[in-house]
Amino acid sequence: MAREDTPLDQEVFDRVLKEQTDAGTDKRVAEGRARSAAVRAYKAAHPEESEAAAPAAAAAGDGDGQAAAQAPAAAAPAAAAPAGAAAAVVAAPASAPTRTAPLPTGNIPTPKKGAPDKHRLLALVPPEGIQRVEREQGDRVNVWPHLLIEEFVAMFVLSAGLVIFATFVNAPLRELANPNLTPNPSKAPWYFLGLQELLRYFHPVVAGISIPTFILIGLAAVPFVDRNPSTRPGDRKIAITMFTLLFMFGATLTIIGSFFRGPGYNWIWPWAQGVFFEL
Amino acid sequence: MRVKPPSPSEVGDRLRETEVWKSIFRPGSIFRKGYKDTSRDRALATMNNVLYHLHPVKLKRHGLKLTYTFCLGGLSFFLFILLTVTGIFLMFFYRPMADIGGAQAYADMQSIRTGVFFGDFVRNLHRWGAHLMVFSVTLHMARVFYTGAYKPPREYNWVVGVILLFLTLGLSFTGYLLPWDQLAIWAVTVGTSLAGYSPFVAKQFNIILLGGVVVGPETLLRWYVLHVLALPFVLVLFLSVHFWRIRKDGGISGPL
Repeated sequence: MAREDTPLDQEVFDRVLKEQTDAGTDKRVAEGRARSAAVRAYKAAHPEESEAAAPAAAAAGDGDGQAAAQAPAAAAPAAAAPAGAAAAVVAAPASAPTRTAPLPTGNIPTPKKGAPDKHRLLALVPPEGIQRVEREQGDRVNVWPHLLIEEFVAMFVLSAGLVIFATFVNAPLRELANPNLTPNPSKAPWYFLGLQELLRYFHPVVAGISIPTFILIGLAAVPFVDRNPSTRPGDRKIAITMFTLLFMFGATLTIIGSFFRGPGYNWIWPWAQGVFFEL
Repeated sequence: MRVKPPSPSEVGDRLRETEVWKSIFRPGSIFRKGYKDTSRDRALATMNNVLYHLHPVKLKRHGLKLTYTFCLGGLSFFLFILLTVTGIFLMFFYRPMADIGGAQAYADMQSIRTGVFFGDFVRNLHRWGAHLMVFSVTLHMARVFYTGAYKPPREYNWVVGVILLFLTLGLSFTGYLLPWDQLAIWAVTVGTSLAGYSPFVAKQFNIILLGGVVVGPETLLRWYVLHVLALPFVLVLFLSVHFWRIRKDGGISGPL
């Protein structure tokens, strides 16, 4: 139903508008408040009309808007409600399943004159056709302040530790690079020492190419190989065991390469012959 | 008549009502006048800050537990920021030149240690931070495995994480060469000698990566560019996808 067609109490409208304007309210806001007060006053004065308004609006929605708007209250026979409902259902596809939800009643906007009829079907999607997205609310907390404070604390602890460490421990800087003088032992950076250790046992193609490639592809493939949907540790004994073994294997090789290998990359005991390891 | 000067808190209040202040701090900022500790302002505080809004407004309560994440991913990111800042500082004092007879790179390293204000300290931060980042990224991967956080719908983010781990190793390894001392050149020689065994492309691989047959001045320049520009650029791209996917895949995984 168009706004202009809503019956309202003109006297109340003028009075409230003047009150609001005098109080310094913005013009548009004042008009809105006056209108709502006037409509409420009109409805209070004509209770029988507001009862009929709902079916009248439904009728306005499904067909000749102009006619319905012109005669909102005049007769408004009780039969208007079923009639309007029937018209609405006809507009829906014939195969539509029986709908249990109540039909929309009042305040369906009147289509503009000459608007294509099809548009009105948009309002008649059966409930089954609506995708309902529901997310479990769960037990959630605000990121600010709970998580962010935790992150700030972690950040400051790490920064403080690093600053203290960097103040007292200098990064190594040896003599100028000399391609003709190989240091003994010469070691890769610590994160490659596991691979360097493997070089002692395997052909370089295996230790330097095959195994790193296998690790890279194997790691990336983990989610596509492990199809077990559970995240509970009790359900993932094989996966956890395998990962732990491989991780420990890598860590052991790295530690051996770092601390248990000395001149000539031969085995040493770090507490006896000293540590040949630089970061 | 004596005019009473405004108290500091009044000055603060007036400042926080100015248009300029309000244009900088979006609604919900704790720096805005009238911040209230309500659910609404807490939500606005997260979503109206460019850094905080990497996070959702709310997270599952178990995500706060220190023993679930150990903050490892966040700390790795923080270390990346720290390394970027300290790295930019070091770039002002370093030239990647190692010509025979006058290795400018090594000379610059020495002057950073002795002549540059706070140079030694910043270099220490950069080096120890880099080792720590390799460590924390590796541990982060282990954490993600043990919590099963790579399971659907997070498979792709795990793959991105593996790429990030290898980019981290690449950044650390390329940076290892830059001091141009005996430690650097020989560690890199040992590390890259393995590439010489790759099937079919060994020679091409060496020439592309080292700019020659052995580690030399060309290698230094190449690895410098990789270290300060190329790899960080790629890493930031993958990092963006990584963070974005965390939220798209439903936030923190779990609970167990």
